[in-house]
Amino acid sequence: MASEETLELNKKDWGGGKSPFNVSYGKLMMWYFLLSDAFTFSALLISYGTLRMSNPAWADPNKVFNAFPLYSGELPLGFVSVMTFILILSSVFVVLAVIEGHRDNKAGVAKWMFAGIIGGIMFLGCQAWEWNHLIEGASHGHGMSINHIDFGPGTENYPLSFAHLFFLITGFHGFHVFSGIVFNIWAFVKTVDGTFERRKNNYEMIEKVGLYWHFVDLVWVFVFLAFYLL
Amino acid sequence: MASTDINVGTHTHDDHHHDHHDDHHEELNFFTKYVFSQDHKIIARQFLVTGVLWAVIGVAFSVLFRLQLGWPDESFPILETLLGGWAEGGKLDPEFYYALVTMHGTIMVFFVLTAGLSGTFSNLLIPLQIGARDMASPFMNMLSYWFFFIAGVIMLISLFIQTGPASGGWTAYPPLSALPTASSGSGLGMTLWLASMSMFVVSSLLGGLNYVATILNMRTKGMTMMRLPLTIWAFFFTAVLGVLSFPVLLSACILLIFDRHMGTSFYLSDIWIQGELLTNSAGEIIEGGSPILYQHLFWFLGHPEVYIVILPAMGIVSHVMATNAKKPVFGYHAMVYSIMAITVLGFLVWAHHMFLSGMNPFAGSVFTLFTLLIAVPSAVKVFNWITTLWKGNINFTPAMMFSIGFVSLFISGGLTGIVLGNPALDIGYHDTYYVIAHFHIVMAMAAGFGMFAGIYHWFPKLFNGRMMNANMAYLHFWVTFIGSYCIFWPMHYLGEAGVPRRYFSFSEFDFANGFADLNIFISVAAIVVFFAQFLFIINFFYSIFAGKKMEKLNPWGSNSLEWTTPIVPGHGNWVGKIPEVFRWPYDFSKDGHEITPQTTSEKDLEDIPAVKRIPTR
Repeated sequence: MASEETLELNKKDWGGGKSPFNVSYGKLMMWYFLLSDAFTFSALLISYGTLRMSNPAWADPNKVFNAFPLYSGELPLGFVSVMTFILILSSVFVVLAVIEGHRDNKAGVAKWMFAGIIGGIMFLGCQAWEWNHLIEGASHGHGMSINHIDFGPGTENYPLSFAHLFFLITGFHGFHVFSGIVFNIWAFVKTVDGTFERRKNNYEMIEKVGLYWHFVDLVWVFVFLAFYLL
Repeated sequence: MASTDINVGTHTHDDHHHDHHDDHHEELNFFTKYVFSQDHKIIARQFLVTGVLWAVIGVAFSVLFRLQLGWPDESFPILETLLGGWAEGGKLDPEFYYALVTMHGTIMVFFVLTAGLSGTFSNLLIPLQIGARDMASPFMNMLSYWFFFIAGVIMLISLFIQTGPASGGWTAYPPLSALPTASSGSGLGMTLWLASMSMFVVSSLLGGLNYVATILNMRTKGMTMMRLPLTIWAFFFTAVLGVLSFPVLLSACILLIFDRHMGTSFYLSDIWIQGELLTNSAGEIIEGGSPILYQHLFWFLGHPEVYIVILPAMGIVSHVMATNAKKPVFGYHAMVYSIMAITVLGFLVWAHHMFLSGMNPFAGSVFTLFTLLIAVPSAVKVFNWITTLWKGNINFTPAMMFSIGFVSLFISGGLTGIVLGNPALDIGYHDTYYVIAHFHIVMAMAAGFGMFAGIYHWFPKLFNGRMMNANMAYLHFWVTFIGSYCIFWPMHYLGEAGVPRRYFSFSEFDFANGFADLNIFISVAAIVVFFAQFLFIINFFYSIFAGKKMEKLNPWGSNSLEWTTPIVPGHGNWVGKIPEVFRWPYDFSKDGHEITPQTTSEKDLEDIPAVKRIPTR
């Protein structure tokens, strides 16, 4: 009688002998890693909240982020909107790559991964321009660096904490984007040389690096919210 | 023990979902077998031996500063021999005293009781007890050890640099830790401390992800979650705690590194040094940061960390106790839910380390509520251990002695935790020896006892079927057990009188002078306990190479899967197929059988004539 129960049990998800979620250990680990990394970013964003609350004044994002390349007028939050759009678009490309992977279409995976990588590199380029613009401007009354913040008259009470947090958190996010690009390039190479095709698991690795890539995208939404919108 | 051999893995199944390793293996040379090994059993040995070596260093440091605390006016020429310029004329340098207490805390908490305890036994027992060939990712598992090794090397280097190791306390609070000029230990020593801890976080993350994925994904057929040994449940939640709390320490470290080296001020505000306000390189006043922020981030790890230390010990004790009392563990489900409750509550109590930091008293009362709530699952576990022993058929093996010692220490230290959890009482007790007594008994000594219990119990599985010498183990137990109480019990009295921790010397203070004799007593006890540990060290290293070989496959009469492997298991653990599981691991003294291994099916039971209940020896 009990052995029949055991047999019944084995058919169930948690009965052992198989994955209860029907996923490989690799994908499971990626999910838990993302959970862990979410705590890293949460800690940084909570630090942002704490310091913002304890500082008597805060910077106005419309004044800080109003420049646009090759355009001399003011365009508040214009450039960052473009950056954000590029990053989200890059995420969409990687979704398409995953879909092609499920169809076992090597050429499709390679095409969309390549597009995703280009999107990531463009985002990093934008960030580099923005950082450079802000740091260059610090000594000319329209920028900030780690030592100095000055956006002209009426911004004397902008705290340096804003600059510190901005450079640290967007930098840490940028580092995640960079490592994501490295993973994506590696996955792209392994797609093209047929390694993933031979594994016959519907390009699961693309899905795994894709998870990371979407996570980086999601984190940007919160970083964007904290520094540019609130 | 006629019933011991009623079953040897007749029921097996194909491990279809992890076919990437089995018991046949390619030729390994010395380096791939013992150094860069991907076998979880070898990695467990690496963690254990490294942990034991760090324990010797960490405990020796405590003896050095106990010499100072016990005999503040004496000089010990041996100190100058050992420490050179740090103890000129045999008197400990006050700066170096702080370095010693800082390093003692860091080494014992992270390197010994986290990596040495959880690293060793999670690695050894998870695959063996759930019925898996190895961890989900053996390669990441290897990396986990080597990151720990790098962390250790960096910390070791920091002990030998000219300005000395970090000396701002194991919690590394800013501004002391954020300003390289604040003390000699805040310079390069602190930098190395931060680098080492960052490596340690990586190691812990790689290990933890592996443990969680392995336990969820790779249990053998029939091994439901509610058939897992309590050790595995404990390791599972330990890993969950680590995966979710260590990243916050990483964030705290990153912010601190930036404050130290990049000129930011996340933790710094309005710092006066010798009458001058501290400015950055552009001449602006450093302001806007909050040192309390660091405390919140640190203790968000720091508090779960004590459960990372104690949960594996609890799991080991539960398992060892049921096995040696030959009784089903009392309230298995309650034990599992207690571990779960401790894990959840463990994330919600961190600010009880900061009652006196000036935080909002209302927040303090919330943290008090959760802190006192943790006493409930903890008490459930204590009562269940005691009721597991009740009317048991107890074998007092060395592991069992240490398990019972664990329960004693956990009760003694846990009760003072309830006292300290009240902010009103904490006004008087904070930063006194009362706190030292509390956490050393409940966390440090108790977890240490759990570790000893685990080592004595699983030594044959760790080291090729060799056993440790039991007589030396008993002597080790009694001296350590009585000695621990002699060291830490009197500290409660010092704490009640308000004697503060972290002081180099009390001879200037009349109220503390009355305790001079007590301090000598504590120091003598500490030295005795320190030397008693060599009973263990000698036994340990001697037994690795020349211990008695175990005579049967299952020396302690355990039900769990690790004892169904060969005496010297290969990399795949089981020869042939992995055994299938039909029951929980605590079917002791059931239907006249002293033990009923997990691999015994109902049909096996019918085939074997019921033997009479074995009388107590």
